Amino acid sequence: MGVIGAAVAGVVVNRIMSARNRNLWPMATIAQDRRHARWHVVTINKSPEEVAPGGRLPEPLAKLGDEVEVQVNRAVGDRGTALAARLRHEPTGVAATAARVAGTDPRQRVRVALRESKQLIETGEILQPEKVSTVKRTLTGLPVDFAVSRARGEGRL
Amino acid sequence: MKAICWEGVSEVAVEEVPDPQMYNKQDMIVKVKLSSVCGSDLHQLNGFIPTMRAGDVIGHEFLGEVVETGSEVRRHNVGDRVVVCSVIACGRCWFCEQGLFSDCDNSNTNPGIPEMMWGQSPAGIFGYSHAMGGFRGSHAEYTRIPFADYTAFTVPDGVDDATAVFASDSAPTGWMGADLGEVKQGDVVAVWGAGAVGQMAAQSAMLKGAARVIVMDRFDYRLDMAAHHLGVETLNYEETDIDAELRERSDGRGPDVCIEAVGLESHTPNPVAYRWEQVKQQTRVLEQDRPHSLRQAIISCRKGGMVYVLGVFVGMIDKFPMGALMNKGLTMRSAQQHGERYIPMLLERMARGEFKTAHLMTHPMPLSEGPRGYDLFKNKKDGCVRAVFHPDGDGRVTRE
Repeated sequence: MGVIGAAVAGVVVNRIMSARNRNLWPMATIAQDRRHARWHVVTINKSPEEVAPGGRLPEPLAKLGDEVEVQVNRAVGDRGTALAARLRHEPTGVAATAARVAGTDPRQRVRVALRESKQLIETGEILQPEKVSTVKRTLTGLPVDFAVSRARGEGRL
Repeated sequence: MKAICWEGVSEVAVEEVPDPQMYNKQDMIVKVKLSSVCGSDLHQLNGFIPTMRAGDVIGHEFLGEVVETGSEVRRHNVGDRVVVCSVIACGRCWFCEQGLFSDCDNSNTNPGIPEMMWGQSPAGIFGYSHAMGGFRGSHAEYTRIPFADYTAFTVPDGVDDATAVFASDSAPTGWMGADLGEVKQGDVVAVWGAGAVGQMAAQSAMLKGAARVIVMDRFDYRLDMAAHHLGVETLNYEETDIDAELRERSDGRGPDVCIEAVGLESHTPNPVAYRWEQVKQQTRVLEQDRPHSLRQAIISCRKGGMVYVLGVFVGMIDKFPMGALMNKGLTMRSAQQHGERYIPMLLERMARGEFKTAHLMTHPMPLSEGPRGYDLFKNKKDGCVRAVFHPDGDGRVTRE
């Protein structure tokens, strides 16, 4: 894990440095290639040095280990930092749909990690949802219950 | 504690629910002193806001006293009297820094739902469905306030509760309509809807120097209130040809700025058109929102004018007059309220007596009378403009 972490940190530092030195944009994340999973990207209202100090990734993203590739670049228009991640192996077809329904789709983990990284860096903590519910379980409420249970990991991110 | 909960379509009840808790260091707990109904609650009550669940605590326009603060809350202390913005904002993302607080990136804890509905996630809102974060509402004895330093504002001593409570939502929403609607000196401004938000938009337009402000509604008691307290012109759209009246009152041009403060359940005096839209809306497939007043605003607006949409819409509408919008060169803007941008300024204006709100509270009452308050408000009984709940008392509110 230590070796992988160092390697990731090296790549991150390299991306920060190369983006800064060459004013590089657009970064490779928008060059979509069907052979690879797509990039998930959040813009963070901080500098790259604050997003990945010393090349260290934000904790929620670092937890995904070598499951993902990560890029840290200056955001377009110099509006902070673009933090991007993509899965090395993404489920496809029926397996992907089943994983999505079951809440085990790795893309859901990537979205959660990116959103939580952004919140941690911008606000200092991860905003927690209401944990003591006042709602009643009803038949008509089941679809909403399901949507809420997936809401932190789903979406268009 | 006691709270008013949404129990299903056309059903609210006072329930016993667990007290709120703090989950973040930037949270605080407020003991609610006043909590107002809002026109957008009726969309929940009538079943048009998706992702509501039986037992959800509703209410989002409120004022209270701080009773507990998280370790990272810096701007508030226990005992402070605060008004809380209905929209929760982190204050530090790019959108908040631009003043677009209702587009906050970090305050909606269920971002996947609105992203699937609307492409991106707006901010969280108190008591306004699970698509907006599932936060408990303010019709309760206590409420948790996330990002308290940015979402809550200390009320100046000279402003009474009955005035300040409306700085939570209706006053900043109305101000935003005039501000981002770019009302200028000498403008003719037309406002659809004489509810609290429409009245606040009209007052804001006057303060920004509009030469004429015309407020429209179908309830005379609301129009009379706007005329009496704000000094605006009024029109009952069931009694006159609105488009012709507006042309006449703007010297043939049409209003410079048209502010829609009605939303997805608007009416029209044409019974066939009204029923047809209602049928389509009830299918939830042909359209989700009834846009009568929005269409009229677009048609009536002068060439090159501005249409600002304050009323709440949630989904698709049918027969949107895109040809009028495009060929007349209109600008159309909209937002959930960016309250954090305006509340401090509005509280100062209230302290100086420049911004009137207290007349909106027509029916103060205890929290235990929640169902009656919503019945009065929804069915426009007894001259109700706003029922305001007083969780800690008998509903009697001191006004200075």
